[in-house]
Parts: sequence; structure tokens; C-alpha cells
Amino acid sequence: MTGPHPNLTPSVIFGLGFLYLILFCMNVAWTVRSYKKDGEVHLPSLLGGGHAPFALWWGLYSALLSMVTFAHFTGSGNPDQFLISLPDFIKAPIDALVADPRLFFGITLLIFIGIIVFRRRLATPTAGWILLNAALLFLILSMTDYDFRQIVGKPDNVPIVAMLFIVGFFTWLYFNRANENDERAAKGLPPKESENNEKILVWPDLVYSELICMIALTAFLFFWGVCLQAPLEEPASSVKTPNPSKAPWYFLGLQEMLVYYDPWLAGVVFPSVILGGLMALPYIDFNKKGNGYYTFNERKFAVSVFLFGFLPLWVGMIILGTFLRGPNWNTFGIYEFWDVHKLEALNNINLSEYFWGGFGMALPTNPLIREVPGIMLTLAYLVFMPQLLAATVFRTFAYRMGFLRYMVFSNLVLLMAALPIKMVLRWSLQLKYIVAIPEYFFNI
Amino acid sequence: MSVGDYIRESQIWKSIFRHPAPYDRRNRIVVVLTNFFLHLHPVSIKQNGIALSYTWCMGGITFFLFLAETITGVLLMFYYRPTLEWAFTDILALRDVTTLGIMREIHRWGAHAMVITVWLHMYRVFLTGSYKPPREFNWVIGVILLVLTLLLSFTGYLLPWDQLAIWAITVGSNMARATPFLGHEGPGYQLLNLGGYDLITKVSDARFLLLGAREVGEETLNRFYILHCVAIPLVVASLIAIHFWRVRKDGGISQPL
Ligand code: HEM
Repeated sequence: MTGPHPNLTPSVIFGLGFLYLILFCMNVAWTVRSYKKDGEVHLPSLLGGGHAPFALWWGLYSALLSMVTFAHFTGSGNPDQFLISLPDFIKAPIDALVADPRLFFGITLLIFIGIIVFRRRLATPTAGWILLNAALLFLILSMTDYDFRQIVGKPDNVPIVAMLFIVGFFTWLYFNRANENDERAAKGLPPKESENNEKILVWPDLVYSELICMIALTAFLFFWGVCLQAPLEEPASSVKTPNPSKAPWYFLGLQEMLVYYDPWLAGVVFPSVILGGLMALPYIDFNKKGNGYYTFNERKFAVSVFLFGFLPLWVGMIILGTFLRGPNWNTFGIYEFWDVHKLEALNNINLSEYFWGGFGMALPTNPLIREVPGIMLTLAYLVFMPQLLAATVFRTFAYRMGFLRYMVFSNLVLLMAALPIKMVLRWSLQLKYIVAIPEYFFNI
Repeated sequence: MSVGDYIRESQIWKSIFRHPAPYDRRNRIVVVLTNFFLHLHPVSIKQNGIALSYTWCMGGITFFLFLAETITGVLLMFYYRPTLEWAFTDILALRDVTTLGIMREIHRWGAHAMVITVWLHMYRVFLTGSYKPPREFNWVIGVILLVLTLLLSFTGYLLPWDQLAIWAITVGSNMARATPFLGHEGPGYQLLNLGGYDLITKVSDARFLLLGAREVGEETLNRFYILHCVAIPLVVASLIAIHFWRVRKDGGISQPL
């Protein structure tokens, strides 16, 4: 077992012991909270029936964690015999799922829809705690894999892992607050934010909170700086190209778009559209409700579109770019070795080749004629789709927004949809370009 | 008289703080009005405006991180020379031989954290609908701040001059050569020509403007250094001031009407 890439080593096991210890302490605290707040449950007749505090489950779970912690601290001497690790029959299917961009995107989309549909059930404290525990356990167990540690343990990737948890937490918090306000609204009550909302003096209330916050953050930064060294690789060399070459992590969403669109779109036009769209947002959203308090029901459309852009498209693409894209920009599973020689057949075909080939004709030499079908499609998408939408799904929007505002809005939505559309076309038809005029660097 | 009172009664203390200690209501108001640093705040605010569960404190944390980056950044500048000869070795020395050698760590992790908190701040502002009238324009200023935060991080990424740095910047800046009309591999660049001569070439396009050269090199390092340490921070600082000013002028932190 102990090859050059051992899954378990004494120090790994010992280190994971500390993670389990933290998890154990967290759950002890949660058990106490649960005992005070969660009330009682019926015990199944198997256990003798009757009532017991709900906290019993958390207590049992914590006890289990304490044993696991203990096992890690005592069993670290003998990695070969250590049993607590992720078995291959679990790793393989997970890898198969995430290493395929189609499935990956499908999964993120499902999660996104799931969040919105099941928001009432997911945004309770207990459900949140279960999700947090599941995520942490998944992370800790995955750490028993060598290749997973290589990628997640990269110093620059640590903040990204943290970000995933933080974004998850705040999304949960949002729905928790929004559900509460939505229930209040259903009962005819004002949002919770308007309760206990007296004026208070900035000194001392705000000034002191700021001071405490600053001290805590300074301590946190020092702690982080001491624990984790900033990465420094070999000195720069313009001849040794690393494989993969990645942009800084917050731009990986854009780099991911490069797979589907040429740089002029993925690197220039789309980023500008994203920023322009964000700036235009307050002038497009004409819904007066939901200003100054959390709510979902009162602004379903706006929130869903924004969450779609932020969660699956932005954060999802960062995950894909950071953890799953390896050498030659191939996708790899999270437990998979980054093999430079992994080959993926790329056989993409342009729309024009499909079109003229379909008539059994040779490609016309004049690029404009050759690309007529793609150009027509693109124009139709940008010019006629807004009208079509205005007559159908966006009828009320078009009516209430007025012409200019509606055109900006509908084009933004269409451009946002352009990414998933091209993805699906690539995956299903192996479509390379809709319009391909490489002579003028004009490829769509 | 206690020592504290003695100090507070002294001429020096009184010359600095122009009012008695903020023990009573009147002086708690006066302190905020007369202190330069505190006057960024209003005198009183609604309870909800400082509720953690409402603002998530993310704007405040972003601002704190900006300050922390400024301080650690200035310290780093004492040690760092932006030349091909020294950049990498200076960074190496920062870790190995400098007293308090974790400033680079704090600066780098602080930068990552700032990118994350600025997103979360935007997330919060969106989810509370705080971009709605009358705060539309402050949201626009915010989006500009978001871009500038990313650019700060991006320009700083190059400075250690290691493999990670130049290739990340190479990947990022390669996109610029595909800028429509303005990049030498962008659609429509041929349209910009004068009497048959292309105006947009390898040495005159958007990428060249960014890099100061055809490839990421010493000119780029210099350019990014100045952008990172001087130009962008100045703009960000001014915009943050405007941003805060607008928060107050737009009626404080948003709340139900
Ligand atoms: C360097 C970056 C930024 C800093 C330092 C900053 C700082 C702040 C602070 C301290 C507040 C007070 C309330 C709070 O803490 O939430 C605030 C409010 C606000 N920010 Fe920012 N911000 C930044 C970027 C942004 C971005 C990216 C956006 C949006 C795209 C934005 C939009 C707003 C709006 C609309 C308000 C008013 C919110 C309300 O009234 O509830 N800001 N900002």
C-alpha cells in the first residue's frame, strides 16, 4: 500500500484526528443547544417506545465522533491497517459524476433547483446543521485520498474551500430569514426587520462592535498567516509553460467559458456584459417590494435569476476550474491522478459544416455566404427572441418596463442563457462554432 | 482625582479631544460629530442597521480588509523591488530573513478574503433588495468597487514573479488581444486602419497597453506594480469614501419602509 502516493500516513491520520475533534466539539455544543430548544421525539418501538429529547440523536452522533477521534489519535502508527478511509467503490462513482462537465453542470443545476424548491425544509437550523455535518464529513473523509489532498491542500485553494462553506452558510441564512418574513407576510405581519428597530446612538453601540470586529479579524488574519504559508513557486520562466496554466481563481469562471466561446466573447464581451448587467440591475428591476428586508416570495423572479447566475454559473464554474480542470484543461475526478497523458477526443464541427454538408454541398468560399445559417440564427436570437418573449413569457415585464428597459433586460437574460445553450449544443451536437469566420477572428 | 480623570482634564488631552469623555448622551453625540474618524458615521442609526444577521457585516469587513491590505502592503513595499533581478528574491527573503515575516502571508490571504467578502457583500445587498430606489447609484459605485477589487488582486498576483504569477497573468492578459477592434486578434481590428496601414498591431493593441510589451516581462512588472500599489488603491479609496457618503445620504442602511 505504501507507494509513492500513500493515501494514509501517520501524520495524515493524526491530523484528521484533530479535524474530527473539532467536529466532535461542535456537535457537543449543538447537542446542548438541541436539548434546550428542539423538544422531544417519539422513540421507535424497537428502542422501547416512549419519549426522549431530540438531542439524544445528536448525543449519540457526538459519542460516535468521539470514538472516531480516539481511533485516529491512537491508530496513527499503523496506516496500513487503519480502516477509516474512503473506499474505492465510493470514490469511483463520485469521480465518474464530477469528472464529466455535463454531469457536473447537471448536478449543480439540480442542487440549485433543489435549494429553491425545498427552501422551507432546508433552511431550518436542524437541516442546516445536518448539511454542514455532511459536507464536513465528506471533506474529512475525502482527505484520506492522496490526490484529493494534493488539489484541496494547495495553499491558494484553501480559501476557495472556505468560500464554498461560507457561501453555503449565507445562502442558508438568506432562506432562513426570507422564509420567516414570507410566513409573516402570509399572516399579514410586517417583516421582522421592522420590529425592535429603534434609533440607537452610534457611540457606544456601533463603535464598540466595530472595535471588537477589528480586533477579532486582526487576530484571525495573524492566525491564518502563521498557519498557512503563502505559496511561492519556482522563479518565473517564460519558456516553461505549466500544464495546466490557470488564471487566478476568481477568474476561473471566465477561463471555463473559453472552452465554449472564443476569447473575444469569453474574455472581453461576456465579462463586460456581466458588469454592465450588474450595473443596470437597479434600473431594470421595477419591483418595489422587498426593499430593506429578506424575502423570497415577493421577488421570486429577480432572486432566482441572480442566484442562478451566482451559484451554478459563477461559483460552480470556479469549482470546476479549480478542482476538476487538470493538464490540457481536461476534467479529472476529485480522487483522480492528474495524468498529463489523458486524452480526450475533440472532434467538434461548425454549424456551417453541418448545414452545407446536410445539403450534400461543399462549403462556399465566401465566408459571409458560408456562415449565413449561423449569422441568421444569431440575429434571430438577439433580435427576434426578445419580441417573441415579450409576446409570451415576459408579457407583463415588457408591458411594465417600457421598450428600452425591456430590450436591455431581455438581451441580458438571453446573453446569460447563451453560456448554458452553447454548452448543451457542444455536448449534444459537438458543435464548435455557430458562426465561424476565423479570417476575421469572428467566431461565435 | 483618579489618574484617568487627571489625564482627561489635562490641557494636552483637551486639545486633542474637544469634549468631555462620552459618558452622557450629549457627549456621545458630540464625540461622533467632532472626531474625524468617527464622523464617517451618523450620530444615531436604526437598530436593524447594525444587526449582524441583516448586514452580515460584509461591507465593514471588506473595508477593514482594505485597510489591512494597505498597511501590510506598505510594509511589503519597504522590502520589494519590482525588477526582474530582485522581485523573486525579495519575496523569498521576506519569508526567510525578515522579522515579522508573515506580512506577505497576511497580505495574500487578506486579498483572497477581500475578494470573497466583497462578493458576499454584494450578495447581501442584492438579497435585501438594497439596490432599489433610492440606492441605485450606490450599487453602481459598488459594482465598480468590485471590479477594482478584482483588478487589485489580479495586478498583485504578478508581483512575486514566480511561475504561478507570470502564467496566471499570461492566461488572463491573453484575452486582451482578442478585444473586438482593439486587440490584434480581435474581430474587426482590420477596420481600424489608415491608408492601408493597420493601427492595431501586436505592439499597439489592448494587450500591449496592459503589458507594456509583447510578453509578460519587466515592463509589465513595472506597470502592474504601479497599478497595484498606487493607481488602483487611490481610486478605490476615493470610491469607498463616496460609497460611504452615499450610504448616509441615501438614508442609512436600508430598512422596511
Ligand atoms: C471595496 C468594496 C466595498 C466596500 C469597502 C463596501 C463597504 C460598504 C459598507 C461598510 C456598507 C454599509 C453596510 C454594510 O456593511 O453592509 C455598504 C453598503 C452598501 N454597499 Fe458596499 N462596499 C463595497 C462594495 C460594494 C459592492 C460590490 C456593491 C454592489 C454591487 C455595494 C453596494 C452597496 C450598497 C447598495 C450599500 C447600501 C446597502 C444598504 O443600505 O443596505 N458595495 N458598503
